Amino acid sequence: MPHLKVESDIKNIGMEGNMSLSLKVWRQSDKDAAGGFEDYKLAHVSPDMSFLEMFDVLNEQLIEEGKEPVSFDHDCREGICGACSMYINGRPHGPLRGVTTCQLHMRSFKDGDTIVVEPWRASAFPVIKDLVVDRDAFDRVISAGGFVSVNTGNAQDANSLPIAKESADDAFAAAACIGCGACVAACKNASAMLFVSAKISQLALLPQGQAERSIRAEKMVAQMDAEGFGACTNTGACSAECPKEISLENIARLNREYIGAKFSSSAV
Amino acid sequence: MSWFSQTLTSSIGKKLLMALTGLFLISFLVVHATINAMIFYNDGGETFSHWGHFMGTNPIIRTLEIGLVAGFILHIADGLILWKNNREARPVRYAVNNASANSTWYSRSMGLLGTLLLIFLVIHTAHFWIPNRSNQFATGEELNLYQMMLDIFQNPVIVLIYVLGCISLFWHLLHGFKSAFQSLGLNHVKYNGAISFVGTAFSIIVPILFALMPISIYLGWVN
Repeated sequence: MPHLKVESDIKNIGMEGNMSLSLKVWRQSDKDAAGGFEDYKLAHVSPDMSFLEMFDVLNEQLIEEGKEPVSFDHDCREGICGACSMYINGRPHGPLRGVTTCQLHMRSFKDGDTIVVEPWRASAFPVIKDLVVDRDAFDRVISAGGFVSVNTGNAQDANSLPIAKESADDAFAAAACIGCGACVAACKNASAMLFVSAKISQLALLPQGQAERSIRAEKMVAQMDAEGFGACTNTGACSAECPKEISLENIARLNREYIGAKFSSSAV
Repeated sequence: MSWFSQTLTSSIGKKLLMALTGLFLISFLVVHATINAMIFYNDGGETFSHWGHFMGTNPIIRTLEIGLVAGFILHIADGLILWKNNREARPVRYAVNNASANSTWYSRSMGLLGTLLLIFLVIHTAHFWIPNRSNQFATGEELNLYQMMLDIFQNPVIVLIYVLGCISLFWHLLHGFKSAFQSLGLNHVKYNGAISFVGTAFSIIVPILFALMPISIYLGWVN
């Protein structure tokens, strides 16, 4: 019968903070300022904290020291809003697959680790402050055509509009995109193809999206290019880093939708 | 801007052009590798020269050759434009970037591999194609390409450059072949396996076949 040493066991199961970390965080006072890395030491970090909670602790420490806290985007903290956006040790949303920064926990790091945190880097996503970037470019791409402009009235009977199971599944998988911008952050070209392809796909696959299918592809791609996102090299980095694991099949579909629309639509 | 030039200057259009010219250049590699492999008959260059003469003088092939030069120029120019645009899309680089966690190095290095291939292309055409066509233009006579190969590939440095060119070609094709289909929107669960298999096999077989040519001549297997 093993004898429980209460104090050490509590530490082992993480009831108490037991990690010490070194952080290198990008600090930039406003969009025009130069910016640079600041080094911080954090002690007593619990492995059960989320990455954002660890930043909350850092900010409390900074406020106590009379320093400016680190600005970062966050909202739902349950992986569905797409607000959090940190480039952690060279990867968007950190080392785990299929999670956002808020779903990343400190148990994915080791005691004594140095963690480098940067904002998304893209000319279309200018830094506003510290780790916060302006992602309005995504909103403008959606405004260009990522919608269905018909008055639908009340929801109709579910069986009045037959949709193939495969189409419904694929559309749903594409609609899982939360627009966080990790695809842009991960891509060596800062390309927004995975985001735009998910938004095009979720409508192109369903009957409600058919009426504006061509013009949607043409306008959204034109806006994507106007925002200064790069082109797609098909490296697959976007999908590998996407917290919602949006498939590269969507990018192929976007290519088909756009090329098809350009060569066949009546818009000259 | 007309819809056509608008299409080709869009980011997707530039990739469409990259894919189409890339697949066209791949089709050229098939012809080029097949005809050059005739040296492995080791018949003093008779079969090779027969086909070389056909390729160098047939009016249809010579017309297609203009398309081939245009294909190379479009692929190179479009690649450089994309490289420039893509760099401008990220003016501030990451201090720490763990790209190997999410993509292969060669898929991220198509511009670098393409530049190495361009350097090789200049050296290669300066060895054979340019002198031969210049001579045809000046005198109407073809050069003895087989004898030129035997002479040029006695130099181990040149053999090494050709082998390095083939290695660059291998990595460039390994990504480019499959990437071209994705850029054309040809991604389907029924055919992805076949595209991947043919792409990988092509990327291995063609560069090895090409690399064996200078090596075989240097080592005296073909003479």
